[in-house]
Amino acid sequence: MVRLAVVGIGKMGLSHLSILRQHPDVQSVAMCDSSGFVLDVLGKYTGLTSYRDYDRMLREEPLDGVVIATPTKAHFPMVRSAIEHGVNVFCEKPLTLSANQSMELAELARRSGLRTQVGYHNRFVAAFAEAKRLLELGAIGEVKHALAEAYGPVVLRAKASTWRGRRAEGGGALYDYAAHPLDLLTWYLGEPSAVSGTVLGNIFSVETEDEVYATLHYPKASAQLSVNWSDESYRKMSTKITLTGTLGRITVDRQECQVYLREQAICPSGYQHGWNVRYTTDLTDQVWFYVRGEEYSAELDYFVRSVAGNLRAGEPAERNSFTSAAVTDRVIERLVGDAALPTTPVSGPVALPGPRRQQEPASRVRQLRSRMQDRWQRRRQTA
Amino acid sequence: MDRLLFGDNQFFGVNHMSEERARAQAMRFQNLDAVMNVLDTAYDEGIRTFMCTTHDRIAEVAQRVRKDSDRYADFVFYPCMPYAHKYANAVTDYGMLGVLKKFLPDESLLSATLRGGKAFARKDIESVITMLVDAEMSMFEGLRTPVVFLQNVVVDLLLGLGFDEAFAVFARHVEQRYGAEPGFITMNLPRLLDTLDRVGVANPIVCSSINKLGFRMCGGVEAYRTVLEEREFRAIAMSVYASGAIPPREAFEWISGFPRIQSVVFGASSGANIRGTRDVASATFTSPAA
Repeated sequence: MVRLAVVGIGKMGLSHLSILRQHPDVQSVAMCDSSGFVLDVLGKYTGLTSYRDYDRMLREEPLDGVVIATPTKAHFPMVRSAIEHGVNVFCEKPLTLSANQSMELAELARRSGLRTQVGYHNRFVAAFAEAKRLLELGAIGEVKHALAEAYGPVVLRAKASTWRGRRAEGGGALYDYAAHPLDLLTWYLGEPSAVSGTVLGNIFSVETEDEVYATLHYPKASAQLSVNWSDESYRKMSTKITLTGTLGRITVDRQECQVYLREQAICPSGYQHGWNVRYTTDLTDQVWFYVRGEEYSAELDYFVRSVAGNLRAGEPAERNSFTSAAVTDRVIERLVGDAALPTTPVSGPVALPGPRRQQEPASRVRQLRSRMQDRWQRRRQTA
Repeated sequence: MDRLLFGDNQFFGVNHMSEERARAQAMRFQNLDAVMNVLDTAYDEGIRTFMCTTHDRIAEVAQRVRKDSDRYADFVFYPCMPYAHKYANAVTDYGMLGVLKKFLPDESLLSATLRGGKAFARKDIESVITMLVDAEMSMFEGLRTPVVFLQNVVVDLLLGLGFDEAFAVFARHVEQRYGAEPGFITMNLPRLLDTLDRVGVANPIVCSSINKLGFRMCGGVEAYRTVLEEREFRAIAMSVYASGAIPPREAFEWISGFPRIQSVVFGASSGANIRGTRDVASATFTSPAA
């Protein structure tokens, strides 16, 4: 039996609190928030123990683990403090706002031997997990390209009254939305070697971005990221990954995993050449308690069981660890840096790769033009 | 309650299996006429109860039904509140407290308490709940709403938190103010029945995923079988086809084995599918023995 506390009682915190309180291996759940109103109401009606002071809670409440669901800016000091108190940590995504801080926490966690997990719930969505399984089986051969998309209706007018509208606190489409497809890319393809062409655009927001577009480069593949959280043509957040390989293609979202396998592919059991569709409804395991998606119950179940030392035989020793979340944070940081780099202008001199670049641009253009004219002339003559 | 109730997921681009299908439906039902056509077909086939979310667009349906009271003389709404995305999206914009202020028609009580920084009294929370219910119910004014439901996201969130009293407050208010029976939608049927028992909601109407495959039946098929055989409550089954995984006849034959299942709620977009479900239901899901 484990003793837990949920820190930050917002949208995610409430849902975590609700799910954890019903977990058969959870003995008690305390809650911590800076808002007296939320604690007051919940305390009165649910009898949950509450704290307004996080450090006091860590000192006074006997805890095996904390679930941190505060605005991202607060993650680093809170997680560090929990680890220093010898408490296991589940932290909402992204882990921190700086790659160095995330790596520092990953290192701290490794040395402490504590269990750590980050709330990238998509890795607990059965359809996304099926895509991962297929990749590991080599079903679509070598992945050459990935398209990672996330769209949804979060910011639909110019207003930023909460932390989600402020980049410095971890708001914005990059941290809040793009982190999800980026983490799936990390899961599927590992860490990219480079990023380029990043666009952080705004549609409504004043203090942060509403859209993120970028190219990610891997040793043998590339990926395109396309994210927009100001798109109400999507009823709710919709994350989709398309993986194109030498032997086929996978398109996967929360609902289904569509797989096309070429003639040359070796089909995994239950799959055939050509089209295959696997639905989340078939792939998903039953959870003990459901609030708003099996994946939220499943990720917390994994955390509780890993803290309690009850992982099943054959289950991975860690999922969504701080180390893997730190990779995603490093990519996010690189995207921010890349977005500030100069772009290649279309007008003006043409920049070409290789030693010819040394030539005078104007003479190079003349040379190209005369070569094109020659080519046209030859074509006309043969016609 | 009728044996067959008509649901509304198909009108709002909700599909548990495919985003593409969901989008195609959202496009098709963009215009109210397309929605009304399907509702009219269902009504003319004898399916008179529309179990619907308190989505803004349902207000337009309610308006049509109100205006043509002869055509829709037997039309019944089972409102299911709230439309959770409306609140969830607003939390991102306004924060938790901001949402309450935004959606409460009369924010005087709440803001006075907040401005004063006072602690909340129980009666304050009760009036917040009842005011939110009234705000959602206003679109059905003058229409028949004999059962009013609390949506599963809210029911299951409160259930998990142990915020049990909210169920009693909701039930009391729906009965007293609207002369309606309270209904509860949940993905955790056995647990919810225990809680409703505890807060004194007797013989409750509970709508839950109930299907042969055990899809979204938390606690497991066996626990559901037990409560369906032993507990006193009125069950409405949803997801009986488990999102299309079970053929209609097989689905209904299985459902018919449980006399406590009084109704089945289903969604359909075409006359053929509506008639198909109705025919299978009238062949297999006949009137309860009791």
